[in-house]
Amino acid sequence: MLDPRPHRRRRPHTRSRPLPLRALDDLRYIRETMERSAAFTASPGWGQLLMGVTALAAAAIASQQSTPTRWLSVWLIEAVVAVASGLPATKLKAHRAGLALTSGPSRKFALGFLPSIAAAVLLTVALVRAHEFSLLPGVWLLLYGTAIVSAAAFSIPVLRGMGLGFLFTGTLALYDPSWGNLLMAAGFGGLHIVFGAWIGAKHGG
Amino acid sequence: MAARLKLHSRTSKLTPAPLSSAHHCDELPDLDRLIHERIRLGIVSALAINDSLSFNDLRRLLKTTDGNLSVHARKLEEAGHIACHKFFEGRIPRSEYRLTSTGRRALEQYIKQMEDLIRRTRKQ
Repeated sequence: MLDPRPHRRRRPHTRSRPLPLRALDDLRYIRETMERSAAFTASPGWGQLLMGVTALAAAAIASQQSTPTRWLSVWLIEAVVAVASGLPATKLKAHRAGLALTSGPSRKFALGFLPSIAAAVLLTVALVRAHEFSLLPGVWLLLYGTAIVSAAAFSIPVLRGMGLGFLFTGTLALYDPSWGNLLMAAGFGGLHIVFGAWIGAKHGG
Repeated sequence: MAARLKLHSRTSKLTPAPLSSAHHCDELPDLDRLIHERIRLGIVSALAINDSLSFNDLRRLLKTTDGNLSVHARKLEEAGHIACHKFFEGRIPRSEYRLTSTGRRALEQYIKQMEDLIRRTRKQ
């Protein structure tokens, strides 16, 4: 008996394509899915790289300052610049994946990251009031490292390595505060550039 | 008519299409049929670089429906490729997925098979 329903055209199906083409398709799909889901890591590699470059410039400028207050001002300006470049980069990475900054893992990343940063802000105020400027690099590096290691639990494993790098440079800076500015360059500059480039290349930007 | 409906259901999105075709039967590698299907491959790929993802994150990422994702995720869970942790956030039920070591090995094996297939074709 003739089927009364209108005839539907069959769409070309990928399964009927030659196997090598299907294999290429599948590999491309895996790569694209991984790239898009990398936005969930909430860690913008190229943004970090940019933060690293500005930190190196800040370290060079800060080393020329004659007073601790001016040295502190340079690094505080750098902190504002870092936030101003890191936040849009994170947003852009999430936007490229069609996701909101408030998606689950991003929120968890922030919850892991922010407590240590809040502690760093409070300790900065306390140390500046006590005129203990030389301890600031160690405290900043250690608490930033702690923030990264905590947040890495909800993100890509490579961030743990970066966090441990900050903990190491922070420990050295506390051990010998005279190397503080140089270790700030190595940590906020070097580690951000190396890990930022790695994340940018391997984890979708 | 029943047979016709059955045929439709067999070729629906939820069921992996048959892998072999008359033309390519002899060159078909022994693929993991479970993750060969697109949505399931997407779930496994996304979880491979994320420690864990929620049901909603996966749904947005793979641009699929609740029902579709749910069915595919359950199949992967039953096979031990992914693990699901269900909990309540306030009063809202949440499902969090992780890739198991079995799932990771399956994905690595699948990628290797695809790469081998492409390499063999280029040599010919």
